Amino acid sequence: MDVRYVARLARLDLSEEEAVLYQRQLDRLLEHVESLQRLDVSQVAPTAQVVPLTNVLREDVPVPSLDRAAALAGAPAREGPFIRVPRIIEEQE
Amino acid sequence: MSAPHEWSATRIAAAVNAGEISAVEVLRAQQAQIERMEPEVGAFLSLTAGLAQEQARRVDEAVAAGRRLPLAGVPLAVKDNMCLQGTVTTAGSKILAGWVAPYTATAVARLLEAGCLPVGKANLDEFAMGSSCENSALGVTRNPWDLRRVPGGSSGGSVAAVAAREAALATASDTGGSIREPAAFCGVVGMKPTYGRISRYGLIAFASSLDQIGPIARTVEDAASMYDVMAGHDPMDATSLPRPVEPTARALRDDLRGLRVGLVREFDTKGLGVEIDAVYRRAYEQLAALGAEVVEVALPHAEYGLATYYLIAPAEASSNLARFDGVRYGLRVDGGSVQEMYGKTRAAGFGPEVKRRILIGTYALSSGYYDAYYVRAQKARTLMASDFERAFAACDLIACPAASSAAFEFGAKGDDPVAMYLMDYYTIPMSLAGLPALSVPCGFAGDGLPQGRELPLGLQLVAPLYEEARLFGAAHAYEQATRFGLDRVPPVLEGVR
Repeated sequence: MDVRYVARLARLDLSEEEAVLYQRQLDRLLEHVESLQRLDVSQVAPTAQVVPLTNVLREDVPVPSLDRAAALAGAPAREGPFIRVPRIIEEQE
Repeated sequence: MSAPHEWSATRIAAAVNAGEISAVEVLRAQQAQIERMEPEVGAFLSLTAGLAQEQARRVDEAVAAGRRLPLAGVPLAVKDNMCLQGTVTTAGSKILAGWVAPYTATAVARLLEAGCLPVGKANLDEFAMGSSCENSALGVTRNPWDLRRVPGGSSGGSVAAVAAREAALATASDTGGSIREPAAFCGVVGMKPTYGRISRYGLIAFASSLDQIGPIARTVEDAASMYDVMAGHDPMDATSLPRPVEPTARALRDDLRGLRVGLVREFDTKGLGVEIDAVYRRAYEQLAALGAEVVEVALPHAEYGLATYYLIAPAEASSNLARFDGVRYGLRVDGGSVQEMYGKTRAAGFGPEVKRRILIGTYALSSGYYDAYYVRAQKARTLMASDFERAFAACDLIACPAASSAAFEFGAKGDDPVAMYLMDYYTIPMSLAGLPALSVPCGFAGDGLPQGRELPLGLQLVAPLYEEARLFGAAHAYEQATRFGLDRVPPVLEGVR
């Protein structure tokens, strides 16, 4: 496992010290986890959920939801009804 | 003459409902105790006095109007990964420091409706990741039985609050053992229901296929009553079971006649040291003395539990924690671009254990590794669930330790994460199988400590899916016969450090 690559996937900046430390600690965990390779799981289905519920739906009827003011109250940066963030789309030249 | 903060939830509710004491008076006594204990124990990240007062008044009005509430006037600690509207809810993390919840978790709302008084938000390992509460980014909680030791985790604050009589009840959550292990460490009762029994709406998610809310109390009866209030289908949680809830508080037993109790071959306690081994042997003998037929069962894949869990749980966590990106709530560290903002915010906001789990989880789900790690772990999970099915053909309940040791000292696990993960050895298999399980006090371990300073140990009982009534029933019989959690109080209550 390349911890710096995985950190990029996870959108997580790592300092040099962290990268070295976590690489070591996670390599150790992965050694431990290797034991699973010994299992014969060829005839086994994966369990995603122990108590299988499927297609849990409700009637498509609008019901009261979270008040917008309450939902926006925790936003770090606001502009009117919007949450302000750094530029997402590159400017066209 | 004992004071209200020492009473059980059952006794408080009966007294308030009968008009013998007001909820406001109960609260006053409780808050005085919190003031005395907090400098030593540090169970709470924040106190919610205003809310508690409002609730107390509401309860007193309801009782005066002739209503009877199941948990009338019972002081409640709420684990800080559960939303309570208007309160700071942090999940023990800097990334949510100061965040105010705009709604209330269903389980908590049901407790408030039943008359509970929310006294404060309890400390936890950050995002419920940990077995000692040392991973909290926002506070330190100490074990009321020995302030140099951890209360266990991740629900350390919840169990410490109840053990120190700072609340009669506490909510907690369990993903791989986070209710049962700390309950054992602090000499209280902690229970994790069948997956889906209690709504996860409003519980800040760690691993969605494993997380469950459960009760912490000083007696089995109290825990059962709390479970009865919280459990049941919730349309806001698509994984909540549509099954009706069989009441448990009225199904408590005095003996174990007619029950077969399975002892797990792979969980032999010889390796835990002479003293702890003796405590568990005595506990198993006590179950037999109460009329249970004790049999041996096997969980052949138990040894793969840790590896399975430490792939599945972090994988699910890496997905659940992707929402903490600095955009809509919580901490934001500015960056020139969105990517920079994400990277810097998450770097600053998450602690080391959370980062480790996000990394290993992301890796287990990444292209090229998904089958070898995540899917394989899910298949191992099936094998473990089948082990339990087979075991429960031969017995009605399984008995085993809730943890491999008593509470350890701060820093004892060093900087090797796997050393800490091993604390979950006995609790993980049940979580993977979604089974209801609890910890009930079963004795003390001295381990060279002075007399009267011994540390609690917990007996874990496990039932088949949906058999919470059987689980609580048996635990009650054991508790009443042995009284380990009932007769002895933590030294901190007597001013002993």
